[in-house]
Amino acid sequence: MNKLVSIDEAVDMIKDGMTIMVGGFLGCGNPHKIIDKLVEKNVKDLTLICNDSSFPDYGVGKLVVNHQIKKLIASHVGTNPETGRQMNAGEMEVVLVPQGTLAEQVRAGGAGLGGILTPTGVGTVIEEGKEKITVDGVEYLLEKPLKADVALIAGQKVDKFGNIVYFGATRNFNTIMATAAETVIVEASEIVEVGDLDPNDVVTPGIFVDYIVDGGAN
Amino acid sequence: MDKNELKAFIAKRVAKELKDGDVVNLGIGLPTMVANYIPEGMNIFLQSENGFIGLGPAPEPGKEDMRIVNAGGQPVTILPGGAFFDSATSFTIIRGGHVDITVLGALQVDEKGNLANWMIPGKMVPGMGGAMDLVTGAKKVIIAMEHTAKGAPKILKECTLPLTAAHQVDMIITEMGVMEVTEKGIVLKEINPEFTIEDVKNSTEAELIIAEDLKEMEI
Repeated sequence: MNKLVSIDEAVDMIKDGMTIMVGGFLGCGNPHKIIDKLVEKNVKDLTLICNDSSFPDYGVGKLVVNHQIKKLIASHVGTNPETGRQMNAGEMEVVLVPQGTLAEQVRAGGAGLGGILTPTGVGTVIEEGKEKITVDGVEYLLEKPLKADVALIAGQKVDKFGNIVYFGATRNFNTIMATAAETVIVEASEIVEVGDLDPNDVVTPGIFVDYIVDGGAN
Repeated sequence: MDKNELKAFIAKRVAKELKDGDVVNLGIGLPTMVANYIPEGMNIFLQSENGFIGLGPAPEPGKEDMRIVNAGGQPVTILPGGAFFDSATSFTIIRGGHVDITVLGALQVDEKGNLANWMIPGKMVPGMGGAMDLVTGAKKVIIAMEHTAKGAPKILKECTLPLTAAHQVDMIITEMGVMEVTEKGIVLKEINPEFTIEDVKNSTEAELIIAEDLKEMEI
């Protein structure tokens, strides 16, 4: 089973109108080379699930600036003024979700759960239209799972089976998004042979990963 | 006090609330300055919601690594004994009650402990990021801010902006004093001797209860 593909082959799997998850936090842990290729190929009308819309010239922010996003599901958009502009102009739908809720929705999507119960957002606009469930006297919001057609994630060292070792603060949403999409593509800073990674260090098991792209050092 | 002195004054007073061994999450802006005033020898574990604990100072110029950034995307360092983790674990720490203190700014805070700090409809909609989870999950929520917005009260009877969380604020620290949010309302516990009680009341829309043992604010 050969999971290694070129960046072109990887990005060709992403079609107009798809829902994609992209790991990263303000660009840290974004798969930068794949994003640049997505911008080049100008894939349109995407629903993007990502923690944030980064900065206009860094990471997923470029997809917003290039008008490729129809709907954005994120926790924070304040560092990319273009997101706010498109949102206010009605050019892009933006759904803001508390960061911890977004993480658990993705986790639930990958873990086969029907949703999660969180106290976050109770008594705020976030509860509008959502089911409230009381457990042992405490009110929670029912937040439903999130899934995607494709997850684009970034790893530091990745073996040819797709086992991933991360570096620094790049894990963020990458680990959970690797579990929650039909097709998972990892951009590796370094690709190594099977057996080169100590199984004790592997954070994302290779069974979650469908394709590996050589990203080179970011 | 000029703007920077005023912020430093508030941050220094907040730092006095920290106890050895506390897990602390500091918001962006003024709250971040609290890290500069942690007493020597005190072990405080700073949590960064993008995925690590043991947040250290900014690296020396030229040693920045964009794989190690804080929740504002700026390059930082991690201290010995620190640990990296993913967002699900980060919010297990935050929402699960494993953060002792979170320090945040506010647009508005009211006498029921409600906080508004994430949006102004039609004007500023940056998103809540991790703020709603932090305020909901942290054991103690401290609001660190200037007492008013250019003279307009921010400590209100009832917030008018969309809430970040309901009934979660424990303490408010401003340049004028230290206030605790109780079931009876907001109690002024300490006052900056540069101000009178009347000054503080005039800058506060909420009914202010003056503590019987009102102390001078010390930093």
